[in-house]
Amino acid sequence: MKKPDSPQGIGASVPRKEDARLMRGRGQFVADLRFANLQDVAFLRSPYAHARIVSIEVPAALRAQVFTAQDLQSVRPIRAVSGLAGFKVSDQPILAAEKIRYVGEPVAMCVAASRAEAEDIAAQVRLHVEELPPVVDMLFGRTAAAPRLHEAWEDNVFLETNIEVNTEIFKQADISVTRVIRTNRQAQAPMEGRGVVAYWDPRLEQLTVYSATQMPHIVRTGLSECLGLPHEQVRVVAPDVGGGFGHKGILLTEEVALSWLSMKIGRPVRWLEDRREHLVATANCREHHYVITGYAKRDGQFLGVSCEATVDSGAYSSYPFSACLEAAQVASILPGPYDFPGYACKTYSVATNKCPILPYRGVARTGVCFALELVLDALARELSMEPHHFRQQFLVRPEQMPFDNITKKHFDSGDYPKALSMAMQAIDIEALRKRQQHGEPDGRKIGFGLAIYCEQAAHGTSVYAGWGIPMVPGKEQCTARITPDGGLELRIGAQSHGQSMETTMAQVAHSMLGIDIERVRLIHGDTAFTPYSTGTWGSRSMVMSGGAVAAACETLKKRLLHIGAWLLRAPLEEVRYEEGQVIGPAGRVSLQQIAHTWYLRPQDLPVDVDPGGLEVTEGYRMVRDSGTFGYGVHAVTVAVDPVTGDVEILDYVIVEDGGTLINPMVVDGQVYGGTAQGIGTALYEEMAFDQRGQPLGSTFSDYLLPGPTEVPNLRIFHLETPSPYSRFGQKGVGESGAIAPPAAIANAINDALRDFGAELLESPITPRRILEAIDRAQSAKASSVAAAERVSS
Amino acid sequence: MKPAPFSYEQISQAQQVSASLLRSDASVKIIAGGQSLGPMLNLRLAQPTHLIDITRLAALKTVQSSSGSVTLGACVTHANIEDGCVPGRLGEILSEIARAIAYRAVRNRGTLGGSLAHADPSADWITTLTALDAELSVRRADGQRWMKIAGAMSGPFDIGLGPGEWIDAVRIPEFASGSAWGYTKIARKTGEFAHAMVAFLHRPAQSSLRVVFGATESAPIVIDHSDSILAGADLESLKALAHQRLLQAGLNDPIDNRVRLAVMERAIRKAQSGRRA
Repeated sequence: MKKPDSPQGIGASVPRKEDARLMRGRGQFVADLRFANLQDVAFLRSPYAHARIVSIEVPAALRAQVFTAQDLQSVRPIRAVSGLAGFKVSDQPILAAEKIRYVGEPVAMCVAASRAEAEDIAAQVRLHVEELPPVVDMLFGRTAAAPRLHEAWEDNVFLETNIEVNTEIFKQADISVTRVIRTNRQAQAPMEGRGVVAYWDPRLEQLTVYSATQMPHIVRTGLSECLGLPHEQVRVVAPDVGGGFGHKGILLTEEVALSWLSMKIGRPVRWLEDRREHLVATANCREHHYVITGYAKRDGQFLGVSCEATVDSGAYSSYPFSACLEAAQVASILPGPYDFPGYACKTYSVATNKCPILPYRGVARTGVCFALELVLDALARELSMEPHHFRQQFLVRPEQMPFDNITKKHFDSGDYPKALSMAMQAIDIEALRKRQQHGEPDGRKIGFGLAIYCEQAAHGTSVYAGWGIPMVPGKEQCTARITPDGGLELRIGAQSHGQSMETTMAQVAHSMLGIDIERVRLIHGDTAFTPYSTGTWGSRSMVMSGGAVAAACETLKKRLLHIGAWLLRAPLEEVRYEEGQVIGPAGRVSLQQIAHTWYLRPQDLPVDVDPGGLEVTEGYRMVRDSGTFGYGVHAVTVAVDPVTGDVEILDYVIVEDGGTLINPMVVDGQVYGGTAQGIGTALYEEMAFDQRGQPLGSTFSDYLLPGPTEVPNLRIFHLETPSPYSRFGQKGVGESGAIAPPAAIANAINDALRDFGAELLESPITPRRILEAIDRAQSAKASSVAAAERVSS
Repeated sequence: MKPAPFSYEQISQAQQVSASLLRSDASVKIIAGGQSLGPMLNLRLAQPTHLIDITRLAALKTVQSSSGSVTLGACVTHANIEDGCVPGRLGEILSEIARAIAYRAVRNRGTLGGSLAHADPSADWITTLTALDAELSVRRADGQRWMKIAGAMSGPFDIGLGPGEWIDAVRIPEFASGSAWGYTKIARKTGEFAHAMVAFLHRPAQSSLRVVFGATESAPIVIDHSDSILAGADLESLKALAHQRLLQAGLNDPIDNRVRLAVMERAIRKAQSGRRA
């Protein structure tokens, strides 16, 4: 690892500033906020997956406390369109009006002095419906036989895309393997669920909405659209937010409903998402289906892949990312970190009677990594090659950088083959292969698996404008203000909900201006105080807001030099800025003295002083906005119990290249957390549905998350290849950990079970699925032996 | 996720419990640690109108050893047991069982009596105390009776308590000298309810063995047999017998049963390799 430029600057693992309050339980989350006259809201949610509403019966005594779609006629539905050709638009009603399209869809809003009383009211509202057959399976949903979710559509497909590049070359393949691969639905499960408090401020004539969101400005725009209020009458505040992972990157119907209600009843109203609502009602993620074929020549030359991918988008297109982001990403990033000549990918985004899906940490990368890496291992087995030897042949090489891949993704920098070699050395593949030959005394089977990924991050205008979704990131801004006593306030529109930005942005400012990080205050998460931003998602904040902070500090430095030179009676060319001081040929003046002069002794300022003073707003974009490409290799060994289907992770190696690391400790934290979530995807988490569209994982006893004992010691190694396009060479790394674990763990399990001929192709890999796969493989073997005997007899 | 309205009462006299349970003007439930009832209240799966809290009854937190048995009050927590409130080899066995129940936070509050009264088929005490041949002290308005746990469950979440009846203590026979014990369960992750569990007790002095399958979605399946069945080099005949009993109980998923039998085998191996009392 590189040496930090100073004990507090870029590259230093300084402890997190925010931990002083968060580790003492003094954070202020939405649920911690107190308001006079607050009323609590509970939603009556649909118990049906697909139904036509006949009537909603509200007891007469409760009429003033129950609100339905009839009351909200002035409110516009949530509409998240995509500019991609053929995209079908869905209108998501704030409260279900004529039709219900998923279990958990809000039907009535009940308000009372406490949540318990609001739930009591909800229990007395009767919903009468005519049930309709639901679309539960996305593949069925694609067929003509499926009932229609949105009547105006001719089918249930939000969007179909198709890409074909040089598929002729597949004819040269000696071998091809086809696999049907599925990643099941998940819930993001941040520590803190969603939460909203809304009130109307009569003095400011402004709606104020506190929300557990990762994009307050986008929520403000969405609320403005739905409520018909101009932006200046809407303020959105994200206080402390306990993790997002995409679940807080959505405009909720509940945010719109509560906003309307607060204006209607003239009191602050609150809704706190409970775990059941989180699991079944607001949004899920990750549900993909792949039919994927890999092609190769006998000598191991990889020719490419063809794929048909289906994404279960749920009932509505969620705002702002839309129902197409996931599938569009599948098509564009399925090729992963590899260089190969032929590619075809067709995608379907299908509407089903389930809650909408959202991009979850890693977005589609986790799914495509799973699909591609499993097929690569299947090919390697077919070729009798070691999986790493096979991949080394067609990984993008450092001398190719910058490299445009088959889908025109522009890789900025990196040494992928080196990362793979490092991982293989750390996991000690030779020792493992020997151990496999000896077998285990306890009868378990040992396996090795790896997965390699890249993570396009902080991609900007050109990429998102192409998708035409409601939100296109532009230049990211920072307002930086030096205070009269020499402190620094940074205002950014990104929103830290676990990313440690209060620390890392301060480190950037420290590197630029030499101010002690204790004197740097990050102001974020409030539309009243911060520049407009699409928020924190897509591993973008360290690159984009970090770049903006640097740009603003750069401008401040120029102004400090100008005033400092004047105070030193030295020509501007003869002064320099160093560690919080302007130094001239015959003296020095501190940042504090300059600040004091600007604010409190303006009579001492030069006549030509910049009237903007010590407050600047600068915008930043990367040299190229095609994104940074962080990447990594996950190499895993597992032990599988073929009797019980139990999986133990024996060793887990991660080689990660996030470019220049601003705070290596924070990066490791991101990798740990992401990998834990990836282990959840691999082995535990599944939001199952029954035939009638009832979600089966409505509590944490049915929806399993990995706990501390399920996450092994991760051994993390770093490469630091700077991005040529970002301010300090930093790359986005926030999602990296969550991408590769399902693929690496599945490959390890499949390696362990290769003697059985069993292959696991569906996440999560449960003990049951392992035992079924072993059974299937054994009965296939038995019947082929029987067939062979019949032939020979 | 808030409970339906209920009233709450702390009971200070054991005699009041049965009377409260028999109230005709309320649906009454006992709460002790609340580790199962709490979530059920919040999910409104249980909607009693009155809760009586028995954790202030000091007698329910005692552990008494007498010749041949140890008696634990119903409000002794899993954590108390984990931390060794029961002496001797039996205490070690119980401590080991307790240590694998859910998480320490749950064990700090969850009680032995509460777990048995709740009678979740996948809970640890129902299965292990069946194997150890424990008895429940069942109190009612006009007296008290002892009820063996083995055979008490008539279905899931039903330990066979009548109106006004409640559990105030559990009596567990001393662990006989020379006996061998093995308990194995497998769960998707640490702290989760098991999807297969077997407790095994071999008493050479009586030439008998007992195998108890838990996590059956209903009452545990108990196999009492002469230990001659262990005489063979392998366990095939015992496995065949057990398999038959699983099928008779309506458990016919082949994969689940294969896992259950493997767990049985592991419990037996554990008993055979473990030290004897």
